[in-house]
Amino acid sequence: MPSLGADMEAGTLVEWQVAPGDRVEKGQIIAVVETAKGAIDVEVFEDGVVEECYVEPDTKVPVGTPLARIGSGERVIVERPGPVPETGAETEPAAAEAAIPEPGAVPPPFPEPPPFPELPPAPGPAPVSTSVPEGGRAPASPAVRRRARELGVSLDTLSGSGPGGAIVLRDLDRAASDEPISERLPAGGFDRDEMRQAIAASMSRAKREIPHYYLATTLDLHAAERWLADYNQDRPPAARLLMAALFMKATARALSRYPDLNGHYDKQGFHPAERVDLGMAIHLRGGGLIAPALRNTEALALPALMSRLQDLVQRARSGGLRASELSSASATVTALGERGVDTVYGVIHPPQVAMVGFGSMRRRPLAVDEMLAIRPAVNVSLAADHRVCDGHLGALFLNEIDAQLQHPEAL
Amino acid sequence: MNREQLRAIVLEELSAIAPDIDITHLDDRARLRDEYDLDSMDALNLLTAVHQRLGVNIPESDYARMQSLQALLDYLEPRMKR
Repeated sequence: MPSLGADMEAGTLVEWQVAPGDRVEKGQIIAVVETAKGAIDVEVFEDGVVEECYVEPDTKVPVGTPLARIGSGERVIVERPGPVPETGAETEPAAAEAAIPEPGAVPPPFPEPPPFPELPPAPGPAPVSTSVPEGGRAPASPAVRRRARELGVSLDTLSGSGPGGAIVLRDLDRAASDEPISERLPAGGFDRDEMRQAIAASMSRAKREIPHYYLATTLDLHAAERWLADYNQDRPPAARLLMAALFMKATARALSRYPDLNGHYDKQGFHPAERVDLGMAIHLRGGGLIAPALRNTEALALPALMSRLQDLVQRARSGGLRASELSSASATVTALGERGVDTVYGVIHPPQVAMVGFGSMRRRPLAVDEMLAIRPAVNVSLAADHRVCDGHLGALFLNEIDAQLQHPEAL
Repeated sequence: MNREQLRAIVLEELSAIAPDIDITHLDDRARLRDEYDLDSMDALNLLTAVHQRLGVNIPESDYARMQSLQALLDYLEPRMKR
């Protein structure tokens, strides 16, 4: 179970998207877990073959619990009768087999996985039954579980009409049409109270452990605004850029020049990150905040960065963020200027060491050369970790963001 | 297409972007940004949807005129008839 933030202690495995014996590639999504931040896709970090799935769907396990073993494919422990079709067709319930580690195998650095709960015997021409096995969860295929999540129907409340009492798609459709809408999951797929608690835990830790220092300065956006207006003029809405994309790119470039602001601080101290994976604080409609990362932000051209940003916002609000996007940000940007505030005084998201805030873009009187000019301007702020660096470096960093935004054509 | 049909389409797209807005009780004159908490990305997504659905490409220089649903419909209506 991956840690999706310093505040996360446990997560619930919702479904497997692979079965033992399946070949997987680095980056492939293999499972979905439910956390305070909503349903998150879990990727695999190496190529290989799924040899064994340790955790059953609908089980809540602590962070650090092994979910599956990926190996060469020599020790596949098949728990299901065969690969599960993706088509959503009705499938047979899984036949359970106890997971027994082979002697001589490399011992995993984790506690032994718990044995699987009892499940009905292997499929066959079983008579139709409506009973759910005692003490176990209702059997259902991953396709059914996925559909149940979409519909917001709890499988525990259903009785199955499939083989061995398995819940099949027709049971779900019947339940979904009966169930009042108010009892389904909220549209955003996250629990507001749980998210509030997660934010509280993370921000309390930040204020307890991180000696923040704060700096802010005003940037002249004349050049950036002119360039952006020119860029967007002949493009359809779908291909236009927002100023936020320029802010992200300029910040990513500045972070790569000042690595003391880009990384993670843990018990061993500060570890600079290898590249800039810039987190973007996203306000969730209905309450809540989430800061997924744009992987390798610095390498993205502006149009690609913009579409990644739109994609992240959309997935943050509808569910479907990936585990790596939630755990990997090397620093975070927040842009509260949309809501009309001039300056953001950020709180660092541990274990990161910097939070960059952009306020409102407004027309303001600025001294330009020897004249007073009305210019679009923004206050950019930095909250940084004093254990890692000092205000002098922070000031240089903000100046670098300024310098980047004066040459938008080069971003 | 009459104004009511136009309004229904725009509301449908608005609802897809901001599902929490109660579109049955929407005040057409309220500022979308302040009253309904639409940020610049929401606004851009709405204009993208309007462009794809209705074929009206609203240039960025006209953004300032789209403060409310009423203003947006006023803008779109004459451009639909061409």
